[in-house]
Amino acid sequence: MSGSALQHDDFPAPQRSAVSDAYWQALHDGRLVYQRCRSCSNAWLPPRSECPRCLLPDPAWQEASGNGRLVSWVVYHHAYHPYFAARIPYNVAVVELAERTRLVTNLVGATRSLAIGMAVALVIEREAGVALPRFAPA
Amino acid sequence: MRGNVVIAGIGQTAFGKLPGRSTISLNIEACRKALADARIEKDMVDALVVKPPTSDPVFMYGQTLAEAMGMQPRIGGAWDQGGAANISLISFMAMAIEHRQCEVALVCYADNPRTGSRHAYEKAWGSDAAFGWFGVPAGYAMLARRHMDEFGTTGDELGAIAVAARRHGAANPSAQLRKPITLEQYRDSPWVVEPLRRDDCCLVSDGAAAVVLMSAERARSLGIDHAVPILGFGQGQSSWDVAQRADLTRTCAEVSGATAFAMAGLSPRDIDVAQIYDCFTITVLMTLEAYGFAPHGRGGAFCAAGRLEIDGELPLNTAGGLLSESGMPGLQLVTEGVRQMRGSANLQVRNARTCIVSNQGGIMHTHSTLILGQAQ
Repeated sequence: MSGSALQHDDFPAPQRSAVSDAYWQALHDGRLVYQRCRSCSNAWLPPRSECPRCLLPDPAWQEASGNGRLVSWVVYHHAYHPYFAARIPYNVAVVELAERTRLVTNLVGATRSLAIGMAVALVIEREAGVALPRFAPA
Repeated sequence: MRGNVVIAGIGQTAFGKLPGRSTISLNIEACRKALADARIEKDMVDALVVKPPTSDPVFMYGQTLAEAMGMQPRIGGAWDQGGAANISLISFMAMAIEHRQCEVALVCYADNPRTGSRHAYEKAWGSDAAFGWFGVPAGYAMLARRHMDEFGTTGDELGAIAVAARRHGAANPSAQLRKPITLEQYRDSPWVVEPLRRDDCCLVSDGAAAVVLMSAERARSLGIDHAVPILGFGQGQSSWDVAQRADLTRTCAEVSGATAFAMAGLSPRDIDVAQIYDCFTITVLMTLEAYGFAPHGRGGAFCAAGRLEIDGELPLNTAGGLLSESGMPGLQLVTEGVRQMRGSANLQVRNARTCIVSNQGGIMHTHSTLILGQAQ
């Protein structure tokens, strides 16, 4: 097995399931989507089969604008997984989309002076063949 | 039911590296010592409940432990709530004793992540591993960054919490880490997940603890002279994971604390000593705010300037806490609270009449609060 194949194998790719498959497929196609309850209009991520507010199993997929705000972020100086060892220090952030749903992500671009509440915009990047929603300061 | 149920005995193992010891073996040692401390026989115990080992959750753990202890308790089993489970189990047993569902209860916890597997503390969160979102410290770091940016909380204010815990742990002959630090040394401690440094993070420890509960009346009839009354308890569940929590700087420790204070008929100004779950320094700061010791957002200033040290206004984690005594998730905070209320602690707070103990789990997902009174 070659080194590059090993590293590719090591990438902790998202586990796709019947509930989340449409989410990852949409990213693959260049769109970030979230779920909205057809019954009570509550919006959320990550994908679920039932609305956590009204409990009904009737979510619809909607496309996010890609605009959001930085809720918080951290910088890893320790790799808990070998795939990320070469990347430290690296950031992980929580972003709230304009549609009020939140997700875990990485910040890319000009990340030297970050502040909570700052505007960020979606950048879909491919890693080991998987399309990931990342964000850059807007 | 304020004061109707007491902690009549406490036991704990050594902390640190205990190679070759199973969690069952550690639990039995802690229970044996707690029974000896209460001066009662095993046969009197009719409830045995346990928080399952964090690093190796197994099916029917409570029954495996009961079998190994040769017991057929009326109430038995394991309760998973992460680090909040120990105090929750104590409160469930207090209610069970009050309602005559059982008479004498053992509550215990053991784990061996130091010499066994620490995978539970380093694993990925949900399906976000692709972003490098791994490990427990990062979740707390996310809360800390938000608190710092929103309220101006500083690293030095978090450092003051570590300095207090390490000072108290250094004085504790049973502590795993007996090395005090200065604020300067804290500042030089390496980042783990920024804004948290190594010295913001708790230890990883093998060890166990256990407590014996019974009614105050029973303790009196048995002539137990160091029984510590349970004045109040409460729980609160934040539930939402860090990324989904609407406000990263508030938790349902507000609910668990308010419930416990209401039951005890006390408020923060009545508390003489605090044993606050310090898996990370930020946890202490946010819990003290949630309990009302400091206004929301002002915990940093409250924790600074030595207020939490043994000679300060609110002595914290007087045996060293998770940062210095043992990283075990929480029951050792209860046993230290009991020693303070008996007047037998290593660093005894003079005239301490009340002690608050906090347990919490996940990334502040679960909360349980206990208020103890002076031994009778």
